[in-house]
Amino acid sequence: MTQQTPPPVVELTGVTVEFPPVKALDGVDLHLRPGEIHALMGENGAGKSTLIKALTGVHTPTEGTVVVDGVERRFSGPADARAHGVSTVYQEVNLCENLTVAENIMLGAEPRVLGGLHWRAMRRQAATHLRRMGLDIDPASSLGSHSLAVQQLVAICRATVGDCKVLILDEPTSSLDTDEVEHLFTVMRSLRDDGVAILFVSHFLDQVYEVSDRMTVLRNGRLVGEYVTADLPAAELVQHMIGRSMDVLEAAEEVAERTERPAGATPLLQVLGLGRKGSIQPFDLDLYEGEVVGLAGLLGSGRTELARLLTGADRADTGQARVAGRPTRLRNPRTAMGHGIAYTSEDRKGEGVVDGLTVRENIVLALQAERGWMRPLPRRQVDEIVARYIEQLGIRPADPEALLRNLSGGNQQKVLLARWLATAPRLLVLDEPTRGIDVGAKAEIQKLVADLAAGGMSVVFISAELEEVLRLSHRIAVLRDRRKVAEIDGEGASTAQVVDLIAGGGAA
Amino acid sequence: MTTSAPARRTAARIPVRLDRRYLPVLGTFVVLALMLVVGGTRYDNFLTPAVVSNLFINNAHLVVLAVGMTFVILTGGIDLSVGAVLALSTVVTAALLQAGWPVPVVLPLAVGVGTVIGLAHGVMIHLFQVQPFVATLAGMFFARGLCFLIAPESIAIGDPAFVELASWVQIAGQWRMTSSVLIAAIVLGVAFLALHFTRFGRTVYAIGGGEQSALLMGLPVARTTVLAYVVSGTCAGLGGLLFAMYSRSGYSLTGVAMELDAIAAVVIGGTLLTGGTGFVLGSVLGVLVLGLIQTVITFEGTLSSWWTRIVIGVLLLVFVLLQRVLSLRRT
Repeated sequence: MTQQTPPPVVELTGVTVEFPPVKALDGVDLHLRPGEIHALMGENGAGKSTLIKALTGVHTPTEGTVVVDGVERRFSGPADARAHGVSTVYQEVNLCENLTVAENIMLGAEPRVLGGLHWRAMRRQAATHLRRMGLDIDPASSLGSHSLAVQQLVAICRATVGDCKVLILDEPTSSLDTDEVEHLFTVMRSLRDDGVAILFVSHFLDQVYEVSDRMTVLRNGRLVGEYVTADLPAAELVQHMIGRSMDVLEAAEEVAERTERPAGATPLLQVLGLGRKGSIQPFDLDLYEGEVVGLAGLLGSGRTELARLLTGADRADTGQARVAGRPTRLRNPRTAMGHGIAYTSEDRKGEGVVDGLTVRENIVLALQAERGWMRPLPRRQVDEIVARYIEQLGIRPADPEALLRNLSGGNQQKVLLARWLATAPRLLVLDEPTRGIDVGAKAEIQKLVADLAAGGMSVVFISAELEEVLRLSHRIAVLRDRRKVAEIDGEGASTAQVVDLIAGGGAA
Repeated sequence: MTTSAPARRTAARIPVRLDRRYLPVLGTFVVLALMLVVGGTRYDNFLTPAVVSNLFINNAHLVVLAVGMTFVILTGGIDLSVGAVLALSTVVTAALLQAGWPVPVVLPLAVGVGTVIGLAHGVMIHLFQVQPFVATLAGMFFARGLCFLIAPESIAIGDPAFVELASWVQIAGQWRMTSSVLIAAIVLGVAFLALHFTRFGRTVYAIGGGEQSALLMGLPVARTTVLAYVVSGTCAGLGGLLFAMYSRSGYSLTGVAMELDAIAAVVIGGTLLTGGTGFVLGSVLGVLVLGLIQTVITFEGTLSSWWTRIVIGVLLLVFVLLQRVLSLRRT
């Protein structure tokens, strides 16, 4: 900051985007300088995505100016923006898994010979780009054969082909594990040092603090301010983001107080040697009423696979399950539901909410399915249930007729929770319920989980964030390489202890 | 993740680089080879140049249809109109020749009919977001209806120039082919080059892999989608021309359900109906497998020709199941 600051490569002034009657963005400024990592912070629905879309030409601002490299621009779309050096990498990897890595990197800027593709040169150039990313993979292999993390890096690789002045990373880390995040940060830093301006969106505060130089904070479509990361304490940042004090967050801190389980109690669900070939090795697990059991493990360690067996989403090929002491076969989600077992998938969009239906329809979906289509729920009862959960979970907008696709991620998650709570389950399996949602909503969901357990429900809680699992769980099952490797008491367990178990007991 | 990459790389290099993408096509090839071997040992005169030539000659039009269909299916779409368009093209050819139009004018017109219908499909599907199934179904009814409007009866083609065009071509010694086979081979070659060595072709695959992704990658999705249907329509028009050469007539009831044969050939050839995976060579193998079933049943003599349909049905099911297993193992 002591040297002269370079002029910003991207300058947004007073940008307003309206989706009548809503103002999604209201007079927001953004200054991106070359050679900096600039974090864009805000809760869900604060307008981060809208801002990115306004910059890349997906949305047209109704007011304000977008200046890139000193020239005022109105991009016609992402392709146009990219042609002017502004590339975006989205949360979901938007590449084609059926094509080769080389194609995914080079298509659009592919070398040609005699009017056709020059495959050899294409692979060679792709390999060069990959090396710069520190990726040693065969450019001729198909993209689908690589892990999500590698695909994410390939997406960034693609974005930096050609003249890339500005790189926008929208939640690039949400599905990566710690090592992969570190690798990504190394790549980001080296791009920054090459003079690229990086706009970084993430929900992980510690990551933002680790990697960003400056940040812009939004709230409810308005600019809160622009800060130098090092000068802004995390607590203050959170207050800027949520616009209220830390009460809710602190409430969640106190969750871990436990209700004593009576000795000799029958587990609500007991599984013995349950397993599925190619999915997860046989494991034992007891789930008691009033208890939160956390599943900890790296991405791909079998967390989701375990949950899917518990809930009948996948069928086990070995082992048995007992519900309240009675042997039961969990053949499919429907039989599981019949035993009071509910499951919310980690894939909120694909396996959770129906985004073309309204909040009301989504909430009563499971309840209605349980009753069968022959006995429709009376409308008055539906309205009552929906109103109760909207109120209880604080779903915003509090409109039962709102289409789900218009809700933010956190609110979609709440609707999903409401759907299962409406069926009054005895066991609730939550797979990544807090992924990709903002701090405030996260705290609310954590608190809700604790309340549900206190009310006698049995909860299985899966999250990639270890702190969250530790804080909420009474017991923690640790998974590694598709095997349950340990089960520890949640109280008194430390992050270091769990990390040690995940990493292989310190031996590996 | 970087540490495991070199291991994967060497593992992929040492065994003759057999990508699992080629497995379905390889499967089709094995089936084809098996059928030839079994047929060859079971019947005399099965593996003679005449029989093999006939296999190609009888199916040249279907090869062209299947090649066009491959483009559309690779984008994740479907074209139900190709049988009807083929018939329309034969009728247009025959009717115009009957009216005394010169061959050099008739040929491009017959093909052009298909191109125009394909273009209409593409525009409907892309601009108005009509489901490919519905849009091409409408196209199918339209084309079939138009056939009857032009000529309800079969029209024989007697134009000497056209007959000359449809005659035999000496290839080498005993080997004779009709020009329709050569045209089909050229179409295949062009399609192969287009799919694998042009941006258009790769975009076809990209759209099949994920249209949204292709859009965000900045690829010309709109143009490519429309063009895929234009290719299929043009191939159907050309297929009609080949069929007219083959049958020396134009008839509004030709090619009923032929679109289903084309789709079956594409699927047997290893292309996924969901799009994004498959090869045009596989589709040709698929056509040959279908044709060979017919030949075998003719040689068998005692079986009703409807057995062809049953065998095709079974084979289709087996191949789809095989693909299912392969794709399940991948995930």
